[in-house]
Amino acid sequence: MKLGIINYGGGNLQSVRNALRCVGTEAEYVDSPQRFAGLDALVFPGQGAFGDSMTALRRLDLVEPLRDWIQADRPFFGICIGYQALFESSEENPEVEGLGIFKGRVVRFKSLPDLKVPHMGWNRVELPRPASLGWDGAERNPFFYFVHSYYPVPEDPAITGGVTGYGGDFVSAIERGNLIATQFHPEKSQSAGLRLLANFVKKHEKAEVGSPA
Amino acid sequence: MLTRRIIPCLDVDQGRVVKGTKFLELRDAGDPVESAVAYNNQGADELVFLDITASSDGRGTIIDVVERTAARCFMPLTVGGGIRTVADMRAMLLAGADKVSLNTAAIQNPQVVNDGAAAFGNQAIVVAIDARSNGDGTWQVYTHGGRHRTELDAVAWAAEVCRRGAGEILLTSMDADGTKAGYDVALTRAVSEAVTIPVIASGGAGNLDHMVTVLTEGKADAVLAASIFHFGEHTVGGVKEYLASRGLPMRV
Repeated sequence: MKLGIINYGGGNLQSVRNALRCVGTEAEYVDSPQRFAGLDALVFPGQGAFGDSMTALRRLDLVEPLRDWIQADRPFFGICIGYQALFESSEENPEVEGLGIFKGRVVRFKSLPDLKVPHMGWNRVELPRPASLGWDGAERNPFFYFVHSYYPVPEDPAITGGVTGYGGDFVSAIERGNLIATQFHPEKSQSAGLRLLANFVKKHEKAEVGSPA
Repeated sequence: MLTRRIIPCLDVDQGRVVKGTKFLELRDAGDPVESAVAYNNQGADELVFLDITASSDGRGTIIDVVERTAARCFMPLTVGGGIRTVADMRAMLLAGADKVSLNTAAIQNPQVVNDGAAAFGNQAIVVAIDARSNGDGTWQVYTHGGRHRTELDAVAWAAEVCRRGAGEILLTSMDADGTKAGYDVALTRAVSEAVTIPVIASGGAGNLDHMVTVLTEGKADAVLAASIFHFGEHTVGGVKEYLASRGLPMRV
């Protein structure tokens, strides 16, 4: 299995690579359209600002190959900015267009007394029951590590993969076909996070066995 | 519900843990990576390395420690000590740190907080504040382990670094540090109420009820502790279970 990590010059990519290595997969960095060739699965991690990330993706000509990849329902795991970027726009940088794979907007946590922003630390993710195979082995409403000030509000409730409470509920994970995307950082979520990444790798390794050589 | 965080801190001098860790049968108790892995296995919520290496030629060793830790511990890692510039921050983050902690550098050049936040995001920038009580309900910022008094009011300085883009404050009471008599709850509360970002309380933990108090009355979002863990008095898991039994939201 050949797994790529989108590298647009932001975020702690090494952590994602380390986590994937820990679950048995070596990943390579994808920083040009050519590097999509031969990949079986793609991870899009990231931290930092929505606008900077989208601008960097455009500069590297990664927007179209990413859209094509996701629209073809090829295996995809988005993390943090790699989740937010799937939507149309963000309050963080309203003038910058997102990938627009899903309808909806990325919004900031409301200013409430005693609600610290960024939402930083370990919080529960409520999974629908039954949860998809991607969550195999997960505890009931597992804890994951979050660090963010913005979150997407998907228009389509059918893609909701997990919900988290922080000054109200927000959609902390989405799933559709071979796509999963999370606001939290599995690569920083100890065993719960490694399990989720391992499930992703395992699912798409299996698919590969059945496909023609 | 967001849980409160328990964050062990390891002081590292030229790549070796200072004060030693006796809490486990480690192959090499002086290796910070071994200690980090042990804390990871105990369910620590995050980890802080404080590099206290004085000589500049020993500084590179922390990079190696961070790289080796990030390859084995899948939890957030903060590195502080000797970080002065955006280039220093980048080196730590590329090595696998998630956040860097700035102390004196931010006081000498507050713009470095803005620059770091712009380059790496607010979440990556922790500002460490060492404060001492003035005895009149105000606190002064100190540097150099509490030896140098600055002109800064601790609460006002916390609010300023928050405006400048810090994502978190690591607040140490120099009065309480090392006393084991409890955190400075009034200081922690004053800072926590003055900022919109999370505050990590540090200095003075002697028992678990001290942690309860600073997380409730002190309004801290997290507690940093060193000796309470290093000397095997408590495991991280044991602490979290106790705090949970006292009604605090914990990941147990």
